[in-house]
Amino acid sequence: VENVRLLDRLSSRRAVLGTLYLTATHVIFVENGSETRKETWVLHSQISSIEKQATTATGCPLLIRCKNFQVIQLVIPQERDCHDVYISLIRLARPVKYEELYCFSFNPKLDKEEREQGWKLVDLNGEYNRMGVPNNYWQISDVNRDYGVCDSYPTEVYVPKSATAHVIVGSSKFRSRRRFPALSYYCKGNNASICRSSQPLSGFSARCLEDEQMLQAIRKANPGSDFIYVVDTRPKLNAMANRAAGKGYENEDNYSNIKFQFIGIENIHVMRNSLQKMLEVCELKSPSMSDFLWGLENSGWLKHIKAIMDAGIFIAKAVAEEGVSVLVHCSDGWDRTAQVCSVASLLLDPYYRTMKGFMVLIEKDWISFGHKFNHRYGNLDGDPKEISPVIDQFIECVWQLMEQFPCAFEFNERFLIHIQHHIYSCQFGNFLCNSQKERRELKIQERTYSLWAHLWKNRADYLNPLYRSDHRQTQGTLHPQIAPCNFLYKFWSGMYNRFEKGLHPRQSVTDYLMAVKEETQQLEEELEVLQQRLANLQKSQSGDNKVKSKQQDRSKQSGLYTSNNSLANTPQEYSNDLKSFPSRSPSQGDEEDSALILTQDNLKSSDPDLSANSDQESGVEDLSCRSPSGGGCLPSEDSGKDSDEAVFLAG
Amino acid sequence: LLRSSQPLTGPNRRRSREDEKLLGTILDEGERGFIIDTRSAQAAKQARMSGGGTEPKSSYPQWRRLHRPLERGRPLQESFIKLVEACNDPSLSMDRWLSRLESSRWLSHVKAALSTACLAAQCLDREGSKVLVHGAEGTDTTLLVTALAQVILDPSCRTLEGFQGLLEREWIEAGHPFHLRCARSASSHARGKQEAPLFLLFLDCVWQLSRQFPFSLEFGEQLLLALFDNAYASAFGTFLCNNEKERSLCKVKESTHSLWAWLNQPEEKQKYLNPLYSHNSLVIWPSVEPQSIQLWQGLFLRWIRPSQHLDEAWEEIQRLVEEN
Repeated sequence: VENVRLLDRLSSRRAVLGTLYLTATHVIFVENGSETRKETWVLHSQISSIEKQATTATGCPLLIRCKNFQVIQLVIPQERDCHDVYISLIRLARPVKYEELYCFSFNPKLDKEEREQGWKLVDLNGEYNRMGVPNNYWQISDVNRDYGVCDSYPTEVYVPKSATAHVIVGSSKFRSRRRFPALSYYCKGNNASICRSSQPLSGFSARCLEDEQMLQAIRKANPGSDFIYVVDTRPKLNAMANRAAGKGYENEDNYSNIKFQFIGIENIHVMRNSLQKMLEVCELKSPSMSDFLWGLENSGWLKHIKAIMDAGIFIAKAVAEEGVSVLVHCSDGWDRTAQVCSVASLLLDPYYRTMKGFMVLIEKDWISFGHKFNHRYGNLDGDPKEISPVIDQFIECVWQLMEQFPCAFEFNERFLIHIQHHIYSCQFGNFLCNSQKERRELKIQERTYSLWAHLWKNRADYLNPLYRSDHRQTQGTLHPQIAPCNFLYKFWSGMYNRFEKGLHPRQSVTDYLMAVKEETQQLEEELEVLQQRLANLQKSQSGDNKVKSKQQDRSKQSGLYTSNNSLANTPQEYSNDLKSFPSRSPSQGDEEDSALILTQDNLKSSDPDLSANSDQESGVEDLSCRSPSGGGCLPSEDSGKDSDEAVFLAG
Repeated sequence: LLRSSQPLTGPNRRRSREDEKLLGTILDEGERGFIIDTRSAQAAKQARMSGGGTEPKSSYPQWRRLHRPLERGRPLQESFIKLVEACNDPSLSMDRWLSRLESSRWLSHVKAALSTACLAAQCLDREGSKVLVHGAEGTDTTLLVTALAQVILDPSCRTLEGFQGLLEREWIEAGHPFHLRCARSASSHARGKQEAPLFLLFLDCVWQLSRQFPFSLEFGEQLLLALFDNAYASAFGTFLCNNEKERSLCKVKESTHSLWAWLNQPEEKQKYLNPLYSHNSLVIWPSVEPQSIQLWQGLFLRWIRPSQHLDEAWEEIQRLVEEN
C-alpha cells in the first residue's frame, strides 16, 4: 500500500511517508526518502494486537502493538486498504500451526552440522556435572524417560539418592500436573539445594506417604541441616483457596522437619493486567511527571518485580548463609517457581552471570522444566488468559540487578533485550511449545536453529565492558540491599520504550567502553610485537648502534570511537509556541503543554478481576504437526536494520 | 540571551521610555524577540497590584511574551522537604513509593526547568531570536533558566573551567541570594521565608543532562555534590553573602579562600573530572519525557543507598580509560 504515513508518538512533526508491504513473515514499511529509504520490519510473531481507529480527514489510522513493546502507528489513506491490511494482519499474527512460524522458514545458511553444533552449545548434563551432581547425595533418574511420569518435565531429572522410583512416582501422583520435587540447583559448598515442584494435592486433609518421603529425602541429601524450607510463592489467600479445589500446600504437621513460608507473588492474570496498565502509561502522549509516576505505581509493575526479587533473595540466603535446602513451588510450578529459582541461582552462582551460564540457566529452569512458552507468549493463537509476561519479569529482574551491580555480569542490557525479543519472534526454535516432549515430537532441533548459537556468534555485541571475572563484585553471592530499597527499582525504558530513540541517551557508554577496551588490547599487542622486535634487534646488533624503531603505520589517530557528535540530536517538542510567529497575540496566556489526564476513556477495559480467585488451571493444548514450508533469509531483531534481501508480496 | 527582573508597570500601567528604548535597540529593524516570563500569566498580572507586572505588547511591539511558570520560594522548599522525607522514610512500601515521590512534585519541577531552558535555547538556536528571561526579582528562576540554557547551548560551559565561569557569572555575580536561599536545607524546621533550593534544582538539572549525555560534560557527579555541599556550608567564601555588594562590604575576597582555587588543584581536580568526556561542539537537547527524568539518587539517597558497587563501576570506567 502506497502513501502510508508512519507516525512518531513523541513528535507529530516526525511523521514519514512511505510504502507498506505485507509478506508471509513480516510487515515492512519503507520510507520514501530518496537517500535513506529507511525500513521498519516487524515479524508477524511479534504482533500482539492490531487496532483500527476512527477514520479522520488524513486517512485511516492503524495501530500495531508488538510483544517487544514496539508500537507502530500508521495512517493509510484509503479505508478499504486499511481494512484489508487489518484483516490480513489479524490472520497473519495468529498462526494456527507451528509450521506457519518463522523458525521453520528462517535460513541462516548454515549446514546440517553447524545447525547441530548450535543446538549442542548449551549442554545441561555438563551443567549438572559442573554443579557437582551426581554425587553421594544426588542421582540422575530416568523414571521419566518416556514422559510417563510427568509430561511437562524433562526425561532426565536429578533426585535425592534416597528417593526410589516408587517414591518419585507416588509423589508425582500427589502433585499438580505430576510435577514432583526435582533438583534445580545444588550448592557444592554446603550441600544445600534448591528443588522445585508444583503444589501438593492435599486439599484440607489428604496425605501421601511417598510425597512426605520425597521431602524427607531432600532433607537427608543435606546432612548439614535438620530441616528444609518449603516456599510457596503464592499469596496465602490464593493458596488457601486452592485447598477447596483439592490442592493447596504442605502442612507442617504432616511433613516433618519443614519450615513453611508464603512469599506472595501474584498470579499470571494480575501480571498480565499489570503490564497492560504500564504499557498504557507508556503510550500517553506528552504525559506529565505526575501522570507517569501515578500510572506506573497504579500498574503495580515494579512492586511485582520486587516481590520476585525478594523471593529469590530469601532462597539465596537460605542456601548460602543458612545452608538450608529449599523446595519451591507455586500452583503448577512452571511460572513463579521458574522465576524465583532462576533469580536465586543467579544471586548464588557467578557462573550464571556469564553469557554462557545465563543461557544455561534459561535452558535449565525455563526450557527443560516445561515453562509453557507457547501458551504464555502466544506462539500460536490460543487462550488469551494464558498470556502473561512471566519470563519478561525474570529478564527485568536481571536488568535491575545489573543496574545495582554494574560489574557483576559478563553480558550487557542488549543481550537481555535481544533474548526477550527472540522469545516472541519465533525466529529460532528454542522457545517453542510447552514442554520438552512437544519439542521433541516436532523435531525442533532438526528443523530450526538455536538462538544460543546466534547470540554466541555475536557475543562481542553483548559484552559488558565493566565485567572482570576477577573483580570482587563478580565473585560469590550477590547481596542486594533488602531495605530500604524501593528506589533501587527503576523503570526500564530501554525495554518498554526500546524503539523510542528520542528517549535514550544517544551516546552508548557500553559501546564506547568496549571500543576503548578493544583498542587498548590492540595497542598492547602491538606494543608486545614492537618490544619483541626491539629485543631481537638489540640482540643481533652490537650495543652502540642506534636502533631505529619502526612505528607501525596506524592509519587512524587514536582510533577511539569518539562519541557520536556527528549524530546531532534534535530538540523534541518543548513547546507549541514556536510554530508560526506571530500568529497569536502575546497578551494571551499561553496554554500549558496539554497533559493528557488519565481518564476512563483512555483505559482499555481490563480483564475481569481474577486476582482474588484461586489460581486457574489451563488445559494443555493439542498440537498437530504438519510439514514446513520453504523460505528466504531475513534480517535480525532490530527492525530498523537494513535487510539483505526482501521477499515481497503484492501489498 | 538576556536577563532582568520584572518591569514595574504597576496598577497604573506606567511606562519607561528608557526601558522600551533599551529593549528596542537590542532587536534589529523588523526582528522579533521572545520574553520568557517564569511566572504564570495570572501571577504576572497580579504582580501589577504590588507594583510589578509585564511588558505590554503595545509598548514592546517587537517582543513576544511566553509564560512558563516555574516554582520558587516556599513551595519549592516544601517540595524539597517532602522529597527528602520520602527518601528517608523506612516504613514506605513499594506500593506507595512512587506516589510519595510524585506528591513531592520535585521531579515535575526538574522537568519544567529543563523544558523552559530548552525553550530558551530553542529560540536562540533554532529560531535565531534573542531572548529575555525574567521572573519577579530576576534572582531565582531567571538564573536557573539562563544558566541551564547556556549549558545546553554552549560547549564551553560544559568544561570544568567553563562551568565554574558560568556559576560565577549566572549565579554568584548575578546576585542569587545564597545566604538567604541556602541557610538550612531540608531538615530544618525553622522554615525561613527566604529559603528555597533553586541552586539545587539547577544542579539536579545539570545532573539530568550528564545522565543523558554521558560524554558531553567534562565534570561528573562528584562536582555537583561538592557544589551542593558548599552552597549550604563551606570552608570557602565563594557562596557567601547574597550579592557582590555584600561580598565587597564583608571583604570576602580579602579574607577567605576561593572554592575554585581549591577545586582546580591538580590532585583535587582529578576527582571531579568525567573520564568519558570528549568535546561535543553541538547543542545537547535533552529529552524531557518523564521516563528520561530520574531521581538523583546520588544526592537524595546519598546516605541511604549503598554506593559501593556503583563506585566500583566508576573506578572500572576510569581504569579502562586510563589504561588506554
